[in-house]
Amino acid sequence: MREELLKIIERNSRIDLKELAVILGVEEIDVVNELQALEEEGIVCGYHTMIDWEKTSVEKVSALIEVRVTPQRGQGFDNIAERIYKYPEVNSVYLISGGYDLLVTLEGKSLKEISGFVSDKLSTLDSVLSTATHFILKKYKDHGTVLTKKYEDTREKVSP
Amino acid sequence: MKDMLSKQAVGLKPSGIRKFFDIVSEMEDAISLGVGEPDFDTPWHIRDEGIYSLEKGRTFYTSNSGLMELRQEICNYIERKQGVTYDPKHEVLITVGGSEAIDIGLRAVVNPGDEVLIPQPSYVSYEPCAIMAGATPVIIELKAENEFRLTAEELEDAITDKTKVLILPFPNNPTGAIMEKKDLEAIAEVIRKHDILVMSDEIYAELTYKEKHVSIVEIEGMRERTILINGFSKAFAMTGWRLGYACGPKEILEQMTKLHQFAIMCAPTTSQYAAIEALRNGDEDVQEMRMAYNQRRRFLLHSFQEMGLECFEPFGAFYVFPCIKEFGMTSEEFAERFLAEEKVAVVPGTAFGECGEGFLRISYAYSLDNLKLAIGKLADFVGRLRQNEKKF
Repeated sequence: MREELLKIIERNSRIDLKELAVILGVEEIDVVNELQALEEEGIVCGYHTMIDWEKTSVEKVSALIEVRVTPQRGQGFDNIAERIYKYPEVNSVYLISGGYDLLVTLEGKSLKEISGFVSDKLSTLDSVLSTATHFILKKYKDHGTVLTKKYEDTREKVSP
Repeated sequence: MKDMLSKQAVGLKPSGIRKFFDIVSEMEDAISLGVGEPDFDTPWHIRDEGIYSLEKGRTFYTSNSGLMELRQEICNYIERKQGVTYDPKHEVLITVGGSEAIDIGLRAVVNPGDEVLIPQPSYVSYEPCAIMAGATPVIIELKAENEFRLTAEELEDAITDKTKVLILPFPNNPTGAIMEKKDLEAIAEVIRKHDILVMSDEIYAELTYKEKHVSIVEIEGMRERTILINGFSKAFAMTGWRLGYACGPKEILEQMTKLHQFAIMCAPTTSQYAAIEALRNGDEDVQEMRMAYNQRRRFLLHSFQEMGLECFEPFGAFYVFPCIKEFGMTSEEFAERFLAEEKVAVVPGTAFGECGEGFLRISYAYSLDNLKLAIGKLADFVGRLRQNEKKF
């Protein structure tokens, strides 16, 4: 049940417990216990809402930043990653294979705010060798959800 | 012009679904639970292969039997799933949907006067195809108390010395019934004893919610007397691609291939290329879809239980078949009133044979949200009917 439960709530964290129990074919108490276990084990790390800020009046800019760093002896990349992810404006930090080391995603109110963060805070860190900032112009799909189109049922209404 | 039409064609009853379709399509805001095809899009990697094949200019006929590469993949797939081997050269034919395979399969094996056994409720094509092939359809009425499975006794009772072939439509549309190994073993004994053929329509084989689907060809002595029919529509959500296949003994497939060659030439080339990709890399998609269907199936059964609507637990396809006998209406009356009063379309069980009377086919090839909405309306409707009953 665990994997199936995770797949469901990954898509819809607002689904109610009773319904979860029904569609999984288990008792509600089992769902409650399993969810609690998943939270305790740190497998379920949070329940977020997907928002397309584009459609609101709130000004937001997001960027992806490729960061090349010098790994530290005994620490590898963990130390520098931590220094970066502690900034609240940083959304995510990934260690990446290939041409650069860390991929940082960032949200800010304006281009200026983001470039300010990169030049003042990120590039000035000792182990950072270089950065390349990419501003996001449009989000087509995020977290498996297509943002630009709505599902439309085009099937014949009755078929054998 | 006098006598312009074929008497046989004119004599065929139009599909019961057609009539309902006409009413529903005129209602703009109707919610439908009447669809017999997946709500999922064909997985993108499969569509992409189709597009790629067009880009590369693969727009010609394939061989009559279909691309060898695809036939080979089908054989691999059946061996993987059922543990039965077929020779891709002589024992596989790619058809235009499972439907074509039903048609030419019957035409390849029956002679005038032969009887074709058709368990009902079942898909709407078997009976007309049998008639057009010159055979006499003999209906076996399946029973709710057997969960709409075919029993050895029912089969034995229907067999005469004219019986040529039994159609075996499981997992079943419209009931959702399946045949488990023990059920198949029981009927296989009767089939062997009377030396008849089987046409096993296993188009819903990937959609079972108990144990993995068992095919009749896995049972001893059955492979050599069975036309196995399957296709891509249901498993891989590829209905519009129109692609199916038949496997069976060389002698039968040879005749089917001839009929196919004269009527069709070959199945759509683009679809064939896409289907290769489906068989090679589609297992995970199927698994995901199966999981989603199963969740919906559980939701519907639970809802019926809550509203006190009788329904056996179906373990296959994407249909449930609840009983509405308590309301003292025919299936058609119920479906028509439900549509008129709540604007929800379901298909009357009688569209799939007279013994479907007293039942409805409800499809769960819809999102959970959609089902919730429609089932809420069904609960209202059923509640109202029961309320009125009390009053009078």
